[in-house]
Amino acid sequence: MNKEYIVGLLEKSERIDGRKLDAYRKITVENGVSKNAEGSARVKIGDTEVIAGVKMDVGEPYFDSQDKGVLIMGAELSPLSSEDFEPGPPSTQAVELARVVDRGIRESNSIDMKKLCIKKKEKVWMVFIDIYIVNADGNLLDAAALASIAALKNAKFPEYDEKNERVKYGELSKKSIPLDKLPIACTLYKVGGKILADVSNEEEKIVEARLTVTMTEEGIHGMQKGGDKTLSIKEIDEMVKIAEVRTKELRALIK
Amino acid sequence: MGELKVKEKEIVVPGEVLANGMDFLPGEGVYREKDDLIASKLGLVNVNSRLVKLIPLSGRYIAKAGDTVIGTVVDITFGGWLMDIGAVNNANLSIKDTSEYIGRDADLTQYYNFGDVVCVKINKVIRSKMIDITTKDQECRKLKGGMLIKINPSKVPRVIGKGGSMVSMIKESTGCRITVGQNGVVWVSGTDSKKEKLARDVIKKIEKEAHKEGLTDKIKEFLKK
Amino acid sequence: MAYTKRLDGRKFDEMREIEGKVGVVKNADGSAMFKFGDTIAIAAVYGPKDLYPRFMQNPKKGKLRCYYDMISFSVNERKRPGPDRRSNEIGLVTEKSLTPVLSLENYPNAVIDVFVQIVQANAGTRCAGICAASLALADAGLDMKDLVCAVSAGVVDGKVLIDIDKYEEDVEGMTDIPVAILPRTGEVSLLQLDGKVNREELKEALELVKKVSKKIHNAQKKALQEKFK
Repeated sequence: MNKEYIVGLLEKSERIDGRKLDAYRKITVENGVSKNAEGSARVKIGDTEVIAGVKMDVGEPYFDSQDKGVLIMGAELSPLSSEDFEPGPPSTQAVELARVVDRGIRESNSIDMKKLCIKKKEKVWMVFIDIYIVNADGNLLDAAALASIAALKNAKFPEYDEKNERVKYGELSKKSIPLDKLPIACTLYKVGGKILADVSNEEEKIVEARLTVTMTEEGIHGMQKGGDKTLSIKEIDEMVKIAEVRTKELRALIK
Repeated sequence: MGELKVKEKEIVVPGEVLANGMDFLPGEGVYREKDDLIASKLGLVNVNSRLVKLIPLSGRYIAKAGDTVIGTVVDITFGGWLMDIGAVNNANLSIKDTSEYIGRDADLTQYYNFGDVVCVKINKVIRSKMIDITTKDQECRKLKGGMLIKINPSKVPRVIGKGGSMVSMIKESTGCRITVGQNGVVWVSGTDSKKEKLARDVIKKIEKEAHKEGLTDKIKEFLKK
Repeated sequence: MAYTKRLDGRKFDEMREIEGKVGVVKNADGSAMFKFGDTIAIAAVYGPKDLYPRFMQNPKKGKLRCYYDMISFSVNERKRPGPDRRSNEIGLVTEKSLTPVLSLENYPNAVIDVFVQIVQANAGTRCAGICAASLALADAGLDMKDLVCAVSAGVVDGKVLIDIDKYEEDVEGMTDIPVAILPRTGEVSLLQLDGKVNREELKEALELVKKVSKKIHNAQKKALQEKFK
C-alpha cells in the first residue's frame, strides 16, 4: 500500500519525510571508532549506519604489478542490521557493494600504490578495507563508500620491523596512506518515474533502477547500474548532473 | 501480609523483585517464585489493588483474540486468504468469516486481492500458530488509499488515548481518517499530504515519548503548528 | 616472577570501566552495546518470528539462535571475515548462557535470533557479548526470568583476578575463566576454563565473579532505564 502512497506523493514531487527529491538525509562522519584498526570511521545517513575499518599487512605483490601495493575490499551485510539479511557467506548484494566501492578507489588512482612498495617484487603493503552495515535503512552504498574513504583518510601505517619482517600492530607511525584524491559515490534512484537521491528503506523497496556514480574532482571514475528496469540517456545525464553536486558536498564532510 | 518494593509507573527490568508476600498476585509480565513477585520483562509497574502487572514497553505483536488489527493479504488459498498481521505467523481469513456472502466457486481475488490492506478482528488464536480472523465486525473493512505507519504495539494504547481521546485529537487537527490496529499498524488517509505528514510525525512522536508525563499537552502543542 | 601487580594497575577485584547502552540498532526488535574497557560488543535481537525450515519448529517452545562475529578490524592482526570454529563455539555457549532465563515456552514454533558483533576487542569478548545480548533480549520485550551478567576471571600464581585484558591473557600461567551468572539467584549459566587451577582457586574465582556481577547488573539496569528518560 505504501508503494502507491509513495508514488502518489512523487507525482507531486514530494517524499514521505518532506525532503526534496535530490536531497540527502542528515549525514554524520565519525573517525577512529575502532582502536585496533589502522584507520576506521562510522558514517550515518539518516538511520543507515555503516562502519569501515582499515587493516594493513606486509605481503607479496601481485605478479603483474610487482612495485605496487595491494588493495583488498570486503563488505558484509550483517544480519544484525536488518531482518532482510541472513547469516551466511556474503550475498551477491554484499559482493557488488564491495566491488563498486573498490572500483571507485582503484580506477580513480586515489591511492598512490607505488608508495606502498617496500621492496620491489618481494614486499609491499597490503591495505584491507572492510565494511560492515550496522543499521540498514536504504542507500547503503553511498554510506559504505563514504565510510571507506573516511577510514582511509585517517589511517596511519603501523610500525614495521624490517629486520625481523614483522608488523608491529598497536604501534602506529605518523605516516598516512598516500591518498591524494577522495573518490565519492553518489547513487541516484528512479522511483515512480522520478529521480531521487538517498532513498530510505521504504523507497528502496520500489526502486525501478539505480545508478551509482563515483567521482573525484577530476571526473567520473566508476559507474554501476542496478535495478530491473531501464534508464534513458536523458535520465542518466540528469542523474550524473545531480551526482556532480552531491559528491562535492559529501567530499566536504571528509576533508 | 506483604510488601510492595516498587512504585507505580516505575520502569523495571527482568528479574527485579516487585513485591514480597502472598498478599500480592502476579499479573501479566510478573511471575511468582516462593514469596517473591518478580518482573519477567522490561515494563512499567501497574498495581491494581492486589494485582501487580507490567505494561510492556517493547516487543513484537503477540496475537490476542478480540484484537482489531490491520493486515495485508499475502496469499489466497482454497478456503480464504492468508494475511500478514505482524505476528509470528500469518493469520487465516476463511470465507465463512467474511461479512460478505461468498459462494464456493467465487473468484476470491474479487473480494480481497494480493496486497490489499484490511482491518480485521482476531477470532481465536491456537498455540499462536493458527490465527483465525474475521471481517464480521463494524470496524472491519478494506482500507483504500492512504498510508500505513508501523509503530511498536506496546505504544498503541498511548496513540489511542483514554477513550480514544488522543487519536480523536489527531483526527480533528489533521482532518485525516485514522485507524489504529492493536498490532501497531496505523492507517492514515487525508486529503492534504502535508496534513498526512503531520499525522505521521505526531504518531511517531507519541511512539517515541509514550512513557513520558505530560504527553497529551505536548502533542496538543505540536498539533497547533 | 610472580604476578603481584596488574599490568594496568587495577586492583585484583577491579573490573575495567563498564558501560551499557540500549537501542543502538534501530531496525532490530531489541539491541544493546556493552563494553569492558576497550572491548566493545553490540547485540541485536530479531524475534519472535516464524522459524524456517518448518520441520525445525517446536510446538512446545521457541528456539534461540545466537551468532557471534568479530569484525575484521576489531583485533590487532586482521581477522578474516566470516565464521570460524571459534565463533561457532562462542555462539553456542552464548545461547546456553541465555537459555535458562528465556521463557521459550511462551514462543511456540518461533525463533529468536541474537546477533553479537565485536567492534573492538581487548579480551573478554564473549562476556561482553553475553551482557549485550541479555540487554538486547530485554529491550526486545521478551519474557525473561532475569538478566545475565558475564565476565572473565583469571587465575595466576594462586591469585584470582577479574576481567583480564589481552595483555594479561598472555601472562605466563594465566588461566582464563569466562563465567555468566544470573544476578538474582547467583546461578551460573556459562562456565569455561582454560589453564590450570585447583578446586579452591576455582571457587574463589566464581565467588569473585558473583561479587562483581552486581556492578554489571547495575550498569545493565541503568542502560535499560536510560532509554526511557
